[in-house]
Amino acid sequence: MASNGIRDRVAIIGMGCTPFGEHWDKSVNDLLVDAATEALNSAGVPIDAVDAFWLGTLFSGQSGLTLSRPLKIDYKPVSRLENYCATGSEAFRNACYAVACGAYDMAMAIGVEKLKDSGISGLPNIGAPEDGTKAGLTAPAMFSLLAPAYAKKYGLDEALLKDVMTRIAWKNHKNGALNPRAQFRKEVAKDVIARSPLVAGPLGIFDCSGVSDGSAAAVIVRAEDAHKYTDKPLFVKALSFIAGPATGPIDPDYDYTTFHEVVASAADAYRQAGIKDPRAELAMAEVHDCFTPTELILMEDLGFAARGTAWKEVLAGTYDLEGELPVNPDGGLKSFGHPIGASGLRMLFEAWLQLRGEAGKRQIPSVARGRKLALTHNLGGAPGECVSFVSVVGSEPSA
Amino acid sequence: MNGIVAYGVYLPCHRLDRKAIGEALGVPAGKGTRAVASYDEDTTSLAVEAARVALRRAPGLSPAALYFATAEPGYLDKTNATAIHAALDLPQTVGAFDMLGSIRSGAGALRAALDAGRPTLAALSDIRTGLPGGGDERDGGDAAVAFLCAPGTVSLPALAEPIAWASASAEFLERWRRPGDRASRQWEERFGEHAYLPLGEAAIAEALKQAGLTAQAIDHLVVAGPHGRAAKRLAAGAGTKPGAVADDLTGVIGNTGTAHAGVLLADALERAKPDDLIAVVSLADGADVTIWKATAAVAAGRPAATVAQQAASGRPVPYATFLTWRGFLDREPPRRPDPQPPAAPPAFRAEAWKFGFTGSRCQACGARHLPPQRVCLKCRAVDRMAPERLADVPASIATFSVDRLAYSLSPPVVVAVIDFEGGGRFQCELTDVDPRAVAIGDRVSMTFRRLITAQGVHNYFWKARPITAGGTA
Repeated sequence: MASNGIRDRVAIIGMGCTPFGEHWDKSVNDLLVDAATEALNSAGVPIDAVDAFWLGTLFSGQSGLTLSRPLKIDYKPVSRLENYCATGSEAFRNACYAVACGAYDMAMAIGVEKLKDSGISGLPNIGAPEDGTKAGLTAPAMFSLLAPAYAKKYGLDEALLKDVMTRIAWKNHKNGALNPRAQFRKEVAKDVIARSPLVAGPLGIFDCSGVSDGSAAAVIVRAEDAHKYTDKPLFVKALSFIAGPATGPIDPDYDYTTFHEVVASAADAYRQAGIKDPRAELAMAEVHDCFTPTELILMEDLGFAARGTAWKEVLAGTYDLEGELPVNPDGGLKSFGHPIGASGLRMLFEAWLQLRGEAGKRQIPSVARGRKLALTHNLGGAPGECVSFVSVVGSEPSA
Repeated sequence: MNGIVAYGVYLPCHRLDRKAIGEALGVPAGKGTRAVASYDEDTTSLAVEAARVALRRAPGLSPAALYFATAEPGYLDKTNATAIHAALDLPQTVGAFDMLGSIRSGAGALRAALDAGRPTLAALSDIRTGLPGGGDERDGGDAAVAFLCAPGTVSLPALAEPIAWASASAEFLERWRRPGDRASRQWEERFGEHAYLPLGEAAIAEALKQAGLTAQAIDHLVVAGPHGRAAKRLAAGAGTKPGAVADDLTGVIGNTGTAHAGVLLADALERAKPDDLIAVVSLADGADVTIWKATAAVAAGRPAATVAQQAASGRPVPYATFLTWRGFLDREPPRRPDPQPPAAPPAFRAEAWKFGFTGSRCQACGARHLPPQRVCLKCRAVDRMAPERLADVPASIATFSVDRLAYSLSPPVVVAVIDFEGGGRFQCELTDVDPRAVAIGDRVSMTFRRLITAQGVHNYFWKARPITAGGTA
């Protein structure tokens, strides 16, 4: 029994990503056509070259027909899947495995979500009929449970914790201001963030990711074929996906200051990729900043800071665009919103741009300094009961 | 003959200051306060809370039947007593019956429990209001009371025994409400007085005659009924000795309708000395009089929180909030998905959990699970669970949040992760709580509530509430 990974067996040769935002004038079909077309053009291949497709979406359609219909895919395998907020990343993971095992020469992973058509704040209801006994927490409330627990464990007072949360939102908006594809492309002053109306616990509106529509896609081939299509492919170093036993909310030993699932998937991914010290080896990370306390805790769970110290690193600017390890250089969920099925591939798109030196005004200096690995991370669910995905991609195959 | 071997009173914690009605509507609204059931309470949940207190005194005694009386039922057609039965974790073999629709059904349910010939639980519950600015809104109150009626034994002696009982029935149109109407209507006040007084006098006289007593022998006289003036006049003219007429509590909690005579009886029991005689008159569509004799055990049956303590420990609710809770102020909902009702088959399968708050304990390692699980979260043993009810186990807050986005009739929603004494964790809503006063480590107890009503379905389940010095926890 082992999680062996598929290090350097497959590579990304093209990607596409629509602008994220309130696409009142675009349908799910439009977003899919936009992202797929951009990815195919980026790879320089026609759609006929793609042998199989994986579509990730949570709310915006069911079955492979959701993709084959708008793209008029001619009798090819199209899988539709969801895995909460890791949905887009799951589409990518499955497409990679299909190519790595030799079943197909070329696969596309594509994610889409159209949240703004529902007319409500936050996410729609989903799920099977229930007995009515689950506490109906909203997503910000579930993640806000982290804040008092973290503050108490590490001795932060409310004001200091709020400063840390504000610093995270400020940093991600600052990055997003440089990104033409982001939903929010403006810097936001710290006092505006700190004084925004409360949503849940200490979380103000600016501590929450937005709600948006978007789509992103990647074209994947075997690593040895990659240079036929591009001089600068991204090699897949690690793919880890973990579903936890979801016992946090019923286990008194869970303390709401960590995501065990993230710790497990990070360890698995680092093992696959051969990473010993992620903070020293990664050029950048795109992490699931659904709410600011989530990003804070992820810094520790992903090994970017020692336990109880991430708040200091945040305040010190370690994860800023020019910092030691830039986190969410594209602006994150904070600036992009979170169209569930698209987010994981949107993160990968930033790794694609940054590692290829194509991120323009956002280009991180760490790549020029020789770092060649990027990490993407999603989690879906709630503290104590979530799924977690970690990928590592790199601009060079291993020696 | 059954006596009362245990009782419990539940007064919801909220109090509406009558002055607030007057100020908002520009009408005279009198003095004092009234008890207000919270937005997440109904007559069924109030009855559960009262009955829990009663059953706590008699852990070894299971009633053979449960009678539930209210003028404000959560459901018609569907029995409400079955939800109470389930929330109390009573055996399946216990009958559960409603006596619905009128205030007099309260007197009837208690009488039937006394006459049942076997241990019987009577739960009387009401939520009273009326159109804004009216007397029913101002003078009504919300409460529940439960009496466990059984022959006294050495281990569970009766607290009081009925020594006489009399009724006077008559048909007259004094107060009425059609099913579905939001407010009662009442004939001219002086007519009711005219109709009620002779009925009350006749029933009192008959009860005293049966008991071989004169009114002077009565130590505590309680008169309760929807017609406040008639009740007061009957009490004043009953001929009891000075000081025997009990305060009817309407100044603090209001007139709690179906529950009121029972609440006042409980209050009298809490003031009674052994051998005291208590006459309880329910003046509703006739008169029902019971004369009780307190036993030597009466003091031993007093719950942790007396009626007087509960009445005095309320917290204010703004008038606009009260109107919202009672459905007289239709507020703009948040831009969120509509709340979904529970589905019948999942709720049916989960009855012990949903209504009884029964989790499970792993027989291999002892870990507690809420909700019950088949695979142990600690040792992963499969199907080694035994059911364990945690409704009466206190817990403490591990972490919490104030959710300002979630839909509620009374935002913000306060949610907490709570750890139970002896093990077990659950995530649930807090209720009867000041969002600004919640802290990690606070102690809470479970309370049965109606979480929401969606598509005509009431979603009953448990919440946690802070354990306070004067609380009923």
